[in-house]
Amino acid sequence: MRLVLTGLRAWLVQRATAVYLLGFIGYFIAHFLLAPPTDDVAWRAYVAQGYVRLLIAAAFVALLLHAWIGLRDVMLDYVKPLAVRVVALPLVAGALIAIGLWMLVTLASLR
Amino acid sequence: MSTPPHRVVFLNLAQIQLPVGALTSILHRVSGVLLAVAIPFVAWALARSLDGAGGFADVAATLRHPAIKIATIVWTWALAHHALAGVRHLLSDIDVGSRLYYARKTAYAVNVAAVVIALAAAVALG
Repeated sequence: MRLVLTGLRAWLVQRATAVYLLGFIGYFIAHFLLAPPTDDVAWRAYVAQGYVRLLIAAAFVALLLHAWIGLRDVMLDYVKPLAVRVVALPLVAGALIAIGLWMLVTLASLR
Repeated sequence: MSTPPHRVVFLNLAQIQLPVGALTSILHRVSGVLLAVAIPFVAWALARSLDGAGGFADVAATLRHPAIKIATIVWTWALAHHALAGVRHLLSDIDVGSRLYYARKTAYAVNVAAVVIALAAAVALG
């Protein structure tokens, strides 16, 4: 499997993740408006449910992929010196991967 | 590729105008970068809020901080603009509203609606 997100693949991933994020954020905002968590116990119990964990984990994966494709496009447009690119692109990619792992561990180790 | 010798350069900032679609396009980009910058904060807020009563109270207190409230309003604008402009893009992909007349109308609507949503958030956060 080719992991490089360029061209048509990037275009497709950007749209698929956008659609998922629209649905997820819509659901999440609606949930917060209709039934805001009253305290830490209720909040934890809500997030700890299997399907909520899964929805949030998938949302982070989608968000980080979406952010990577967007940020990479922006950086390739405005950051021209090769020396800066070589540092900036891996730095951003590394930060996004680290955040993704952090969130997956956080969600997996809940209670 | 060489530059033509007599290329017309017209950069009178008082006279050139950004078409509304171009404004929506650059704001889509600006809002996207703002949202990306917010990711570490969102990740921290989720992890910390699940870290016992102390962590939950910590996040709640942070969200009540005036500077964070202002950031939240800005991020609300960014999310509203990015999501609406994104939907406009997705619809355009399947050829809905891609004719110039409608594209201009929806570009204008996206720009205005995002500001209205941000104002609503400002009122709600009071």
